[in-house]
Amino acid sequence: MTEMSGADMVVQALVDLGVDTVFGYPGGAVLPIYDALFKHPTIKHILVRHEQAATHAAEGYARSTGKPGVVLVTSGPGATNAVTGITDALLDSIPMVVLTGQVPTTLIGTDAFQECDTVGITRHCTKHNYLVMDPDRLGPILHEAFYIATHGRPGPVVIDIPKNVQVATGTYSIPNRIDHKSYRPQVDPDADAIAAAIAMIAAAERPIFYTGGGVINAGPDASAALRQLVALTGAPVTSTLMGLGAFPADDDKWLGMLGMHGTYEANMAMNRADLIIAVGARFDDRVTGRLDAFSPDSKKIHIDIDRSSINKIVPVDLAVVGDAGRALDALIAAWADKGYKARDLGEWWRRIDGWRATRCLDFPEKKEDGAEIMPQRAVKALFDATRGMDPIITTEVGQHQMWAAQHFHFDSPNRWLTSGGLGTMGYGFPAAVGAQIAHPDRLVICIAGEASLQMNIQEMGTVSQYRLPVKIFILNNQWMGMVRQWQELTYESRYSNSYSDSLPDFVKLADAYGWTGLRIDTLGDLADGIQTMLGTPGPVIVDCRVAQLANCFPMIPSGAAHTDMILQPNDIVGTMDDEAKALV
Amino acid sequence: MKITTEAGERHVLAVTVDNEAGILAKITGLFSARGYNIESLTVADISADHALSRITIVTSGPPAVIDQIIAQLDRLVPVHSVTDLADGGAHVEREIALVKVAGSGDKRIEALRMADVFRAKVVDTTLSSFIFEITGTSDKVDRFIALMRECGLVEVGRTGVVAIARGAEAV
Repeated sequence: MTEMSGADMVVQALVDLGVDTVFGYPGGAVLPIYDALFKHPTIKHILVRHEQAATHAAEGYARSTGKPGVVLVTSGPGATNAVTGITDALLDSIPMVVLTGQVPTTLIGTDAFQECDTVGITRHCTKHNYLVMDPDRLGPILHEAFYIATHGRPGPVVIDIPKNVQVATGTYSIPNRIDHKSYRPQVDPDADAIAAAIAMIAAAERPIFYTGGGVINAGPDASAALRQLVALTGAPVTSTLMGLGAFPADDDKWLGMLGMHGTYEANMAMNRADLIIAVGARFDDRVTGRLDAFSPDSKKIHIDIDRSSINKIVPVDLAVVGDAGRALDALIAAWADKGYKARDLGEWWRRIDGWRATRCLDFPEKKEDGAEIMPQRAVKALFDATRGMDPIITTEVGQHQMWAAQHFHFDSPNRWLTSGGLGTMGYGFPAAVGAQIAHPDRLVICIAGEASLQMNIQEMGTVSQYRLPVKIFILNNQWMGMVRQWQELTYESRYSNSYSDSLPDFVKLADAYGWTGLRIDTLGDLADGIQTMLGTPGPVIVDCRVAQLANCFPMIPSGAAHTDMILQPNDIVGTMDDEAKALV
Repeated sequence: MKITTEAGERHVLAVTVDNEAGILAKITGLFSARGYNIESLTVADISADHALSRITIVTSGPPAVIDQIIAQLDRLVPVHSVTDLADGGAHVEREIALVKVAGSGDKRIEALRMADVFRAKVVDTTLSSFIFEITGTSDKVDRFIALMRECGLVEVGRTGVVAIARGAEAV
């Protein structure tokens, strides 16, 4: 219990909560907190160039470390610029605490300079938010906010702090233990549900694990438990975009990602399975395809920490509410207790191997040195060149993201940072900044599209300022490729506003910011170009020119079932009806 | 292409929440953001220390949607409990309406007679008007108001439904 200013309390609370890094941008309504930060050298403040980038950098920090990301921005435009990243963190369940300045309490509601209703605007894109009207409440609220952001299903929490509350003095107090009066997420799974689940798993003839970001959020131990349970049962594993890395991609039980741009074998196995074990995944529309044809003959077990995710889209036979890691541990223990032995799943695996034989990720390409580079080849070359370096990969959103998900492989969690739920173009580069700050000595590569990258390209300045060795690898096809792909599929190739016109010279741009810039034009230059990027200290931007009209396959078209995948461009026939066009 | 919506059944939810600024906006915003119906909503402080409010929401939807509404409400940080009163067996529902009727002669007498049948109380009168207070289920209030339309109805104020489960247990 110490008397101090509100601003000092904020910084003291951050210190007490173990925060080492804050991503932010100053402004009038947070100047007292910035002044308090100035006096506390233990907290590193990373000055971004735009508040949206602060939120994505915090997401990159959080996703790569498992610790909450912290953001500090001013009132009004500072807060509104942060909204996209806050929403992104909500949809992808990323723990984040965002501190926003606010006009003094005496001016709230008067349309004061740089005033906006931050708690009103962020009410539905946060897990929880606060407007602090009394400096004595700052300590308890900050500690509670971190608890809420990191417990149960993680998510963003906003704390809006009026300037006079930052200046006023009060008593800083730390709650002994956060024993929240109403927020009590269930983390331990129900024992009866676990017993029922393990009996279903042991009895299944065609089981499949369908895992998601919840396994990553449950920590590295949950990924280890997943591997153990899969080894015990012998069942195949597929994962959502957000779950990549929880299960090693070089394991023979791995079927690849499922869903719209997932593998043929993953989607067919989901369709033909007699038991789906969903772990920390939420049956997103990108995953299920047409709902009335989704895995019609299976029983479904859904393990999730958020009860509202269960039965939201797909009705399930058995719900297990709890932390993914604890549920997996309990399943492993129950398997041993009951003395279950893995069934002979040989027939199931023979069918899966049949689907694998389609080699759905193969793509046509020319092999000579002067040939244009297929984007898939570029990702594969990047993956091959960085084996053993344990890189952290971030992506923007679009075709390049899906190609990266298909062709870059992970064997550990927290290495794959991408915007799944909100699909935010402009996420990848600032997320790479956040990951690099958290891991100064690791290789961090942002696989980008030339269009997405431009949405937060101003962060090149941030990278220069902090001398971060971030690598940006642009798959430059001079199109908003995914938009164009949908226009080809849905709108008879009327390319309405999907061409990336007036692109900057990325090599000269690199030079302007003090980076190294490289351009790769042909297949023969690809391997050397990547080696040059990897061998160059400091930040590097690689403008890799790829085949302009390549599309991302396989693909479940809008409104189609898992069994109706387009495997290659020449599988496309006819046009879509309105029902399909209306789906996103 | 036509946009269709699924028919649903009526449910009464009792939601106990922290009595704090913005909680009502959070709950009504959840309903609008996710496309759920609100037929009526009442809210008032219910605890001695003013820390808790009870919100009674009348909503409708197919069973799966009702389950989602309950799960979505339950995961909000300031929400303590959500009870589907239809789920727990019998419950009592009441609503109050204040009904102003203006007129003279036979219509005025008829209004008073019908108010008596409905056990509505007269809470204000002038030479040319009455204000009735009626308490009952929404259905009873609806029927009384429909009759008053024939007798010079000029204004209605309704509270919306409050409800509580029968028996000795609390939610």
